[in-house]
Amino acid sequence: MRTLINIELYKIFKRPRTYIAFAAITALIVMIQFGLKVDGKTYVDFMLNDLGSTLEIDGNIMNGYLVCYVMLQLLLVHVPLLIALIAADMISGEANMGTLRVLLSKPYSRTQFMLAKFIASTIYTLLLLVWLAFLALFVSMWIFGTDDMFLMKSSYVVLLKENDVFWRYIGAFGFAALAMTTVAALGFFLSVFAENSIGPIVATMSVIIFFTILSTMNIPVFNLVKPYLFTTHMIGWKEFFDIQVTDTNEAIVGSIQYPERIINSSIVLLIHIILFVVAAIVVFRKKDVLS
Amino acid sequence: MLYMEMQEIIQVKGLTKSFKNLTAVDNLSFSVREGDVYGFLGQNGAGKSTTIRMLLTLIEPTAGSIDLFGLSLRSHRTEILRQIGAVIEKPDVYKYLSAIDNLQLFARLSGLKPTQQQLMQQLEMVGLAPRAKDIVKTFSQGMKQRLGIAVALVHNPKLIILDEPTNGLDPQGIADIRNLIRHLSKDLNKTILVSSHLLNEIEQIATRVLIIDKGKKLVEGSAAELFDPAQTLIELETLDNESAYHKLLQSKWSPALQPRRSNTILIKLHRDHIPNLHRELVALDISVLSLQPKHSLEDFFLQVTSGQYANTH
Repeated sequence: MRTLINIELYKIFKRPRTYIAFAAITALIVMIQFGLKVDGKTYVDFMLNDLGSTLEIDGNIMNGYLVCYVMLQLLLVHVPLLIALIAADMISGEANMGTLRVLLSKPYSRTQFMLAKFIASTIYTLLLLVWLAFLALFVSMWIFGTDDMFLMKSSYVVLLKENDVFWRYIGAFGFAALAMTTVAALGFFLSVFAENSIGPIVATMSVIIFFTILSTMNIPVFNLVKPYLFTTHMIGWKEFFDIQVTDTNEAIVGSIQYPERIINSSIVLLIHIILFVVAAIVVFRKKDVLS
Repeated sequence: MLYMEMQEIIQVKGLTKSFKNLTAVDNLSFSVREGDVYGFLGQNGAGKSTTIRMLLTLIEPTAGSIDLFGLSLRSHRTEILRQIGAVIEKPDVYKYLSAIDNLQLFARLSGLKPTQQQLMQQLEMVGLAPRAKDIVKTFSQGMKQRLGIAVALVHNPKLIILDEPTNGLDPQGIADIRNLIRHLSKDLNKTILVSSHLLNEIEQIATRVLIIDKGKKLVEGSAAELFDPAQTLIELETLDNESAYHKLLQSKWSPALQPRRSNTILIKLHRDHIPNLHRELVALDISVLSLQPKHSLEDFFLQVTSGQYANTH
């Protein structure tokens, strides 16, 4: 099994396509960092426009923690496309090249092949997130420095102490890894049905877009299905940045406002991953390889 | 543990594969013996590739059994596949990797860790050593085909399955593959199952032949058994075929005359009687342009697929 995983990783990282995602993330982050470094004050003024008369704020608001949060909000919506490029190609790409026939005539079971391929695509997903974390968090901390983190929510503001932020990012990236692995599992599942890469990649993105629209629409009839859609739970990483307050409205350092939401979302995502992967294996085991 | 003393490497019984409204392989039975170069013949769509895919567990049979090396494929899949190398329809390699990287990858898939020298020896055998480090994307069809065969051989399998290995190759490429198959059989004692619709190619290399049509077995046997010299077909072309045909109808060769194909005259006789026929044609004042023994697999194949063989055997 380890040999199979190593071979799958070798194949992934030998393909030029793999590096598109890393290059795209690098370009986007560098661009945002450049923009905020050059014109961050205007951005902060715009953000605090409504609060200027009620709050007096000083210190380094545009610090590395806030920059990272801004980037995660922007990028985590688009990263699924980059993951689908690889995950949705895992089986269909081999079928398209004809190599699937040779692979399956080797002395391994189809289940072993599928698990090795899924694990390899998960490792790719995690590496992509590690790269995202390195650039968005660590490089931003180095460029913009660190300070307390000031967040504007829809009806309130959150102020997190500088020493209370870093662990939240570890949690947020851990949760994002689960969310992105769900995307990888969906792409992987869809790749079983096709013999070219484009179909499953487009299908994966279509499912995500469709479910995201359902998740965000406030129409009662859709509210029934929302809790079961994985897209509803993919933004659960934001919960790490909501903090509990005392009766006197003082922030409790090290707390999370709704930890049960994170647990609930994690379980829903985990169930989706298991369902997608098991379904992919079941379908693939019965599939006649005619390509 | 595989036991190697057995005679039959492949034994297929009652193999059937149906796809919705189509029966691609219909109650097919055959066996391949150790050391055979087994020619698997049939027209396009006859069911050759489907059968080969079932032998490699790429397709699940609807009915029937497959034993390889004396073991059931269903219950000993992994052990059996370790002993098989295959090229299915076209060379299946990673185009973004070099030839030697492809070979190494598939060797690792077979649980081997060959040295660079061993890999180069494999590439040498198929004539690709000078291009070992080149990306496969830059290879010609013939080079890809030879690399596919090197990949199939990298784990030193006992049985080699080649599905249409000469597809898309130029005459030199076809000759190279033919020579390679001979080398594998004679020098390395491999058992080889090779499918093709290029009948003359199979005729030159096969020790035994199976011909299928519409998924059904038409005939199976050794090349010597199937190509009986007493059934040699002569293709005769003259200045005036109509007149020559009528003269032959009046002669002692009349029973040997065959139904005409296009404008040529066909005569079936024992190969030893060809000189007599030649003399008789001169005596009958027939101006011969060509007299060609057509006892090739191609004619044999046309006979069996048109039902003539079944009527006479």
